[in-house]
Amino acid sequence: MNPLELESLSKKIRIEVIKMLAKAGSGHTAGSLDVVDILVSLYFSVLKHDPKKPTWEDRDRFVLSAGHMVPALYAVLAEAGYFSTDRLETLRKLGSPLQGHPHYDLSIGIEASSGPLGQGISVAAGMALAGKIDKQPYHIYCLVSDGEHDEGQLWEAIMFCAKYKLNNLTLIIDRNNIQIDGLTEEIMPLEPLDEKYRAFNWYIEEVDGHNIDQLIKVFEKSKNQNKPTAIIANTIPGKGVSFFERDYHWHGKAPSQEEAALAIKELESA
Amino acid sequence: MTVETKDQVIVKKATRDAFGEAILQLARENKQIVALSANLAESTRLDGLIKELPDQYFEVGVAEQNMAGIAAGLALSGKIPFITSFAAFSPGRNWEQIRVAICYNNANVKIVSTHAGLSVGADGATHQALEDIAITRAIPDLVILSPADYYEAKKAVIAAAEYKGPVYIRLSRQPSPFITDESTRFEIGKCNILKEGKDLTIVAMGLMVNEAMLAADKLEKEGISAEVINCHTIKPLDKQTIISSVKKTGRAITAEEHQIIGGLGSAVSEILSENYPVPIKRIGIHDCFGESGSAGELLSKYGCNCDNIVEAAKTLISNTK
Repeated sequence: MNPLELESLSKKIRIEVIKMLAKAGSGHTAGSLDVVDILVSLYFSVLKHDPKKPTWEDRDRFVLSAGHMVPALYAVLAEAGYFSTDRLETLRKLGSPLQGHPHYDLSIGIEASSGPLGQGISVAAGMALAGKIDKQPYHIYCLVSDGEHDEGQLWEAIMFCAKYKLNNLTLIIDRNNIQIDGLTEEIMPLEPLDEKYRAFNWYIEEVDGHNIDQLIKVFEKSKNQNKPTAIIANTIPGKGVSFFERDYHWHGKAPSQEEAALAIKELESA
Repeated sequence: MTVETKDQVIVKKATRDAFGEAILQLARENKQIVALSANLAESTRLDGLIKELPDQYFEVGVAEQNMAGIAAGLALSGKIPFITSFAAFSPGRNWEQIRVAICYNNANVKIVSTHAGLSVGADGATHQALEDIAITRAIPDLVILSPADYYEAKKAVIAAAEYKGPVYIRLSRQPSPFITDESTRFEIGKCNILKEGKDLTIVAMGLMVNEAMLAADKLEKEGISAEVINCHTIKPLDKQTIISSVKKTGRAITAEEHQIIGGLGSAVSEILSENYPVPIKRIGIHDCFGESGSAGELLSKYGCNCDNIVEAAKTLISNTK
């Protein structure tokens, strides 16, 4: 798909996500909408994967460390062909594999259980280490949130990745500047975030997290480094819907049916 | 280690030493086995493996939480990782990572923790894990092993490697006498009756199995016949063996180097009260922190030796005559 087609796919995914959240009645709206372009770039251009063979050993792996954004991942996985889009409406419902936070299930493309912040990056690092030990061709991608950097475990993992030169790992930081209690720079200041990663001996890139063309280029670049790569993807929380955007109250809240209808209308007319 | 007493020479070895030997043997035979240390490689006895098989060893630094996550990622990629530390820190520090990254993923990770219990000694209360069974026992899909001596620890490590799924193995720093030998049967989930008896059942784990055997000898001299069960698997608990023993004896004592809240005593009380309620006494740490001292001094002060078992047995018998 060309970048234009990917952009229209992103719009479709955002509409799915809003429907899913409204139907579920709970979930995380802001982050789920702002990571859509990143996930679309990965699953429709960058990742080496085959939805028909989800256990293929040579596949690239994606771990969603910020597990609360999983509605976007489910919508992307369904669109990619891991399972039917009809199942998206079972998000957070009893008996559904589409759990409120990811549960390890390769049959639907979920590589690891995650959600408690700071944990997914360690699991991704373990996968990257296994790839190094066995000289496997696959690459590991992991998405963390910016608020997740408050967790000490994340920094333990960052040191570990640099020590073992895990250049088969690309970390995407969803820099949307919000977390549940408010703005990241007020809750626990992270800046200068890029300098922190450089000081920890990572290769660092910064990108507009909504520019699919740029995202794809940066992802390709990250495969050819001699150290792990962190990509700071600057995103707008609630991206695509004016009354969601940049409002931290939407971090952990789902839209009502009425709000969802308004949001979908806005996305469709954009 | 050899300790000479007045009348006999007792050979002792720590269960952590058994781990060091077993992991080296396993890693030689299976290249998928890898060992991780959180800056305690020598204390947890990984030094032999590090020297001979450095490619199968990874040092994560003082970072038990990351270690658990790394191990989960390795296991999801086909490796059989053993993570090692002191029980106070793993599962003490990284409980949530064990719960989510390891157990919720059903990742094939082996959590091996030394320096469990009061017998850590001089390091004091901060380093004496007395709650590790309580916190791990509540996690679904986790097998928990607490071997009684060197030989059993070796077999427990090998059995854990063969078992597919998460396992927690609780080991000691303190050298302890041999109670089993190379030929003693070891099967996860099947506890061993070491001595048969008819008046009461002592269910013990770890270092307390030896104390239970000593207590049974003392009781025998006073005309009380105690059955001793070595409960090396805390989870899944061998309900059948414990219940059928208690059906015979009508009384139970549990003995553990752990808090009586949430540990072996709780586990045995739970199954007996639901299936065959009998009078029971729990030997272990009574809801308090330890302190510095020698292993012997501490076990004695905190009520974890054979005399405490003897006393409990007599009380139990006189109360239920």
